[in-house]
Amino acid sequence: MTRRKMFFRMITASLIRRRSRMLVALLAIAVGATILSGLVTIYYDVPRQMGAQFRNYGANMILVPSVESDAFETMRTVDDIMLNIIPNEQLVGVAPYRYETVSIHDQPVIAAGTEMAGARAASPYWHIDGAWPSKSGEILLGGETADLLGLKSGDKLTLVYTPEISDETPENENLSGQENGQENAPENADQSGQESADEADYIPGSELEMEVTGILETGGSEEQYVYLTLKDLQELTGSAGRLDVIELSVSATREQLEHYAERINMDIDMENVTAQLVKRVTQSESTVLTKLQALVFLVTAVVLALIMICVATTMTAVVTERRKEIGLRKALGASDQSIIGEFMGEGLLLGGVGGILGSGLGFAFAQYVSMNVFNGSIQFQPLLLPLTVIVSILVTGCACLLPVRSATDVDPALVLKGE
Amino acid sequence: MSLLELKNVSKIYGELKALDQVSLKVDTGEWVAIMGPSGSGKSTMMNIIGCMDRPTSGEVLLDGKDISKEGNKNLTVIRRDKIGLIFQQFHLVNYLTAVENVMVAQYYHSMPDEKEAMEALERVGLADRARHLPSQLSGGEQQRVCIARALINYPELILADEPTGNLDEANENIVIDIFRQLHKDGTTLVVVTHDPEVGEVAQRIITLEHGKILRDEKNRNFGS
Repeated sequence: MTRRKMFFRMITASLIRRRSRMLVALLAIAVGATILSGLVTIYYDVPRQMGAQFRNYGANMILVPSVESDAFETMRTVDDIMLNIIPNEQLVGVAPYRYETVSIHDQPVIAAGTEMAGARAASPYWHIDGAWPSKSGEILLGGETADLLGLKSGDKLTLVYTPEISDETPENENLSGQENGQENAPENADQSGQESADEADYIPGSELEMEVTGILETGGSEEQYVYLTLKDLQELTGSAGRLDVIELSVSATREQLEHYAERINMDIDMENVTAQLVKRVTQSESTVLTKLQALVFLVTAVVLALIMICVATTMTAVVTERRKEIGLRKALGASDQSIIGEFMGEGLLLGGVGGILGSGLGFAFAQYVSMNVFNGSIQFQPLLLPLTVIVSILVTGCACLLPVRSATDVDPALVLKGE
Repeated sequence: MSLLELKNVSKIYGELKALDQVSLKVDTGEWVAIMGPSGSGKSTMMNIIGCMDRPTSGEVLLDGKDISKEGNKNLTVIRRDKIGLIFQQFHLVNYLTAVENVMVAQYYHSMPDEKEAMEALERVGLADRARHLPSQLSGGEQQRVCIARALINYPELILADEPTGNLDEANENIVIDIFRQLHKDGTTLVVVTHDPEVGEVAQRIITLEHGKILRDEKNRNFGS
């Protein structure tokens, strides 16, 4: 038998045959490693989880026309961005909007043409009393507008196109340079639309019969508009391809968003587009994330310190109760290095086993927290397994240093003294 | 030739002279009993001979080499290579089996060899108890494991401290028989005891009192 085999035989025998004592130390390490592994998993998954949560609060990036141009020409811009700049998996929702002044029951209102699926994905916080328009001929009314017009779900209405005299769309003036396209949709369009409604040049076919499918309730300015499909709006206005604003909901950190915006603004192929971050959303997301991560980091550090104290205490007790054994080993010819090696070996083996247990339990813990706090499952980080084991071994090793060092001070003549 | 020689060895703890100018020689193959009442200096002498303590003054020659001024590291090496220790309390590692306890001494000395450890247990009549933990062995059996452990590295000197102090008469006789056999095989034995029955079977009896050698005599009844 080699010395190494005997070494492992001795330390495993110590751990297995003295399991009641060692179980306390193992439990301390395993619990610590569980919390450590769980918190680190959460620490790394929080941005993804919180990012998904924040996507419920609407778009965090908008694309508006550059100063030189009035509006986007086509949806090709979005396709380019999706293809070249923002990875598809990060794009939660894309909602293109075109705003036009129309009248319903002779009342001027702002109609927003959009892709309903995109709007729904980009603005999941919208509450619809009824249903989203699903096909041509269906319209969604903002709550305020519905009240003004006395309309409800299921009612029929005639949408009349009342183009403004000026070529400039009031929407564009308002949108450019603003933070949130939806929030800052044409405020003055109400007035200008009202003034110009009577003077509108009616285009043949510029009326559409629509059915109200739902009433939009957000508590915000979105309730002042009516929403129909882009296709219907294009049919009503007789012009296609124009967009005033595109709202993007991107699951990304603030730094990533800034990077994407910068790339879009620098791209010469998209010179008619300016990307802006919706700072209200990105700023709060960034602040919450930073604070949450700092909290998790702090708790992790405290847990590590607690493991060290617990393991150090247990190892001190182990050394104290094994003073006779240490004395005997020294009497048999063990050097200080051998004694340190054996006790450290036990400690490190405990650390390793505790780390393996902890990394498994830690994932379960993180999963539990994630399901209960974020309502979503957590992603397994394969690197965390070796990392937890290594950290557990290191922490246990550090915790063992002092007690093990004290083991070498044992005087065999004193502890082996006969009675 | 003397294997062990103490020249004017004293050990002083504050005001107390545990050993006072003690001189003696132990030849290779000799079986010496060191006797005396409690506080006579037996344990102090045992610690100094066993390289677990250093004298305040005097010389301790082991195999011709003065070890009285050696540092802890060297004393550990000398103890490991030349001395086999037998304790009154047995001092077995409680989570290791009998054979593993014997192998621990091999581990620190050279290379663990389970077969050889089994042979040592066989010599003390414990081959069939080799896989038992100390808690599963009687006091006499534990002491025999302790003896097997002391023998395993073929030390030049076996030093036994009250080897029968915790044993009943039957086990005491077994241990004494083992010592007889060891002596016959040429092993040098120094047995510290206050038990006259154990002392009187030795070849030579040294009696200590108040840290001094009171008597140093050959046992006339040795071998009878």
